[in-house]
Amino acid sequence: MQATHAVPHAGIHEEHHEDAGFWRTYIFSTDHKVIGIQYGVTALCFLFFGFLLMLMMRWQIAHPQHAVPLVGSLLHSIVGDQMAAAVKDAAGNIVGYSITPELYNSFGAMHGTIMVFLAIVPLAFAAFGNYVVPLMIGAPDMCFPRVNMASYQSYVVGGIIMLVSFFIPGGAAQAGWTSYSPLATSIATHGQTFWLIGMIFLITSSLLGAVNFIATIIQLRAPGMTWMRLPFFVWAQFVTAFLLLLAFPPLEAAGVMQLMDKVAHTSFFLPTGLAVSTLGNISGGGSPLLWQHLFWFLGHPEVYVLILPAMGIVAEIIANNTRKPIWGYKSLVYSALTIGFLSFIVWAHHMYMTGMGVRVATFFQTTTMIISIPSVIILTCMFLSLWGGSIRFNTPMLFVMAFLPMFGIGGLTGLPLGFNFSDLHLHDTYYVIAHFHYVVAPGTIFALFAGIYYWYPKMTGRMMNEFWGRVHFWLSLICMNLIFQPMFAQGMAGMIRRMADGGANYTAAHNSATGMEVVGGLSDTLMRLHVFILWAAICLGLAQIPFIINFFWSIKHGKPAGSDNPWHATTLEWQTPTPPPHGNFAKPVTVYRGPYEYSVPGHATDFTPQNEPDKA
Amino acid sequence: MEIPYTSEIRRDTGLYNAKVGIWLFLASEVMLFGALFSSYILLRVGAVEWPYGWLNVPLGTANTLVLITSSITTVMAWASLKMGNFGRFKIYHAITICCAITFLGIKSYEYHDKFIHYQVNLKDGRIVDGHMEENGKDEIVILGRYAKDLHDVIDLHERHFEKPQPIKIERSEIASMDNYGPWHNTYTAIYFTLTGLHALHVIGGAVVITYLWLFGASMWKTDPERFTNRVEVSGLFWHFVDLVWIFLFPVLYLL
Repeated sequence: MQATHAVPHAGIHEEHHEDAGFWRTYIFSTDHKVIGIQYGVTALCFLFFGFLLMLMMRWQIAHPQHAVPLVGSLLHSIVGDQMAAAVKDAAGNIVGYSITPELYNSFGAMHGTIMVFLAIVPLAFAAFGNYVVPLMIGAPDMCFPRVNMASYQSYVVGGIIMLVSFFIPGGAAQAGWTSYSPLATSIATHGQTFWLIGMIFLITSSLLGAVNFIATIIQLRAPGMTWMRLPFFVWAQFVTAFLLLLAFPPLEAAGVMQLMDKVAHTSFFLPTGLAVSTLGNISGGGSPLLWQHLFWFLGHPEVYVLILPAMGIVAEIIANNTRKPIWGYKSLVYSALTIGFLSFIVWAHHMYMTGMGVRVATFFQTTTMIISIPSVIILTCMFLSLWGGSIRFNTPMLFVMAFLPMFGIGGLTGLPLGFNFSDLHLHDTYYVIAHFHYVVAPGTIFALFAGIYYWYPKMTGRMMNEFWGRVHFWLSLICMNLIFQPMFAQGMAGMIRRMADGGANYTAAHNSATGMEVVGGLSDTLMRLHVFILWAAICLGLAQIPFIINFFWSIKHGKPAGSDNPWHATTLEWQTPTPPPHGNFAKPVTVYRGPYEYSVPGHATDFTPQNEPDKA
Repeated sequence: MEIPYTSEIRRDTGLYNAKVGIWLFLASEVMLFGALFSSYILLRVGAVEWPYGWLNVPLGTANTLVLITSSITTVMAWASLKMGNFGRFKIYHAITICCAITFLGIKSYEYHDKFIHYQVNLKDGRIVDGHMEENGKDEIVILGRYAKDLHDVIDLHERHFEKPQPIKIERSEIASMDNYGPWHNTYTAIYFTLTGLHALHVIGGAVVITYLWLFGASMWKTDPERFTNRVEVSGLFWHFVDLVWIFLFPVLYLL
């Protein structure tokens, strides 16, 4: 199975598709690998776009009402006078354009939406899942290839609708990624309507994907690939798919109802007596809490949709680079299943501030504490896997090594938010922002980077540059921490999220009311951190340049992988030709052993592929 | 490249691919309608007064029977194929499709009835409730009755058997009026949302079944087993749509 193709990229792949033509091969493909790459590239573009939105917001927070450098006039030409305010010098000449609070709000809402629904989930679940899962289980493709294509197309349509909403009068949705009603319903633009329609397409996309993944993992495992021989990544994707399958529909229901509120003037989420001029006469009788319940019924499982695939990638790379079986495979599997189940009964810990009863709060903080146990088990298993290994510190492994403590910080800082009493203080502050960004940014995104560096040679036949990979890693690691650590301090000091000026007015009002400095307001030190975070964020952006160049340059000019299995891995995706042709495997595979048989005593090599038969 | 188990059964799971897929899809559908039913409960629990008797129970019963009939013919259509009788399949699914169209016809009549049904609040405090006969510029004519109070409009436990009278109202007398569309109150909102979403499912199922009945049926000659599976899978979806209505009918019409 170690067949080497000297010119991997131009090899089997294009030859096989010669008859299909460009459009069927690269745009309307039903091949899971092409779809995986389509998902990956699109999601990376959205990731970058979401990051740019964030940079502009950080500028506004650090320098409120100052003209946005570089992109100010571009911004003005897109969103118009209402959303981008002209900044004039003393003589009255326009020197630039600044971000209005409305524009800031829409950037905030769209940053969250794009990062969660258009970048991380498609990248972690759909891109890696599509490319890797069928290969790992020894399947020729996904169960329903055309459904797979429809899933990607639906995702693209949803993404386009979200992007188009920036250009409509009044701009994109402004009510946060959580879109709480009645706020979301009463803002008088159509941004929210676009958001809802876009979300319905994205939900459809993930529904089609989830059905496909689960069916594929159940039905298309190769002979001998029993459940406990599945690589942990496949298990993680399996649980994730169930979360998407069962948690998203309630949000879809909520979305349909909010859409009805918006276009058919119903009052699902609008209470009796609500008087907002933009709403006109409403019948009332609705419940704002209902939206929050339905939203967080998705929202919390979504957190695990973001993190489980990352944990799967991390497990694969750790086993491969420590040259050791992953520690506690079964506890990993059962932990993932437990997380999947428990994640459906913790959602109201996002809603402690809604005035829920003590008993309900107690229930939800108990389940929240219980769900931290399997997460800690997974992280502990990963740490223990390092013990006694002779670790290869290549770029993917570096990202994974950083994932462990970063995710640890993200997870542990979540505990005070899970308790009712401490959450009352921290709720909606920058502490929360720092917490979940530690989980997702240096957590999940680092794991995704690791996955890109790790599976790149399988996709292209060439390695990504190791030196620039390390530059990318170290700069990203440092900048991530410089961005998010200060936010813990800001949040604990009481800095609220979603203030369009970073709290400048709030502090000024407080200081003038009390006549003293820093009573209730934010101290100068904390306010100065805004500028610090801005520059750290800019540096993080610059740190991605080596990655972007490396990513494209290596397609043609990277070091050839040398073989189909450059990392000497055991799992099945490395036992195919490179890149795998349509139909994946050169001949039918049979699986004889578990996924992590590294350094088996008495074996000639330090890895035993899953499809290598036992010697008679 | 062939995807395995598209029509043959995988031995350890006992299923072919599409059957796994449709059951997973239905699980997700259960969550979708489950969330809407939960919303119904929450809205109703929080309401001051919940409407009763607004819908036409005989029509709802008729529609229930229509859908149950279609479920039976769907099973029979699939069973006919299993027994190799293509002609019977054609007959049974023709009935299914007719049932779907009948259901949608009755449903749209009910919708229409709600859209022409108005509650008119007069400036002197009286309420007129009934169907719009004439929507003129200066005056309107409602075929209905004077309600005693708001409660008398919302709760129709005591049915009104007196014949509706044409009531002429000057535009200048009207304080406010609106028809029984989704915007009327949370009851009509959830009624239109639930039944609308259900109707979309009926349309979707009917389109698929019609496709299999007309153009897709050519597969019977080339791959009868796979065709039978397709009919089974579309049938499973149809049963689900039927089942949703079995819940919708009592929840919206009777309770």
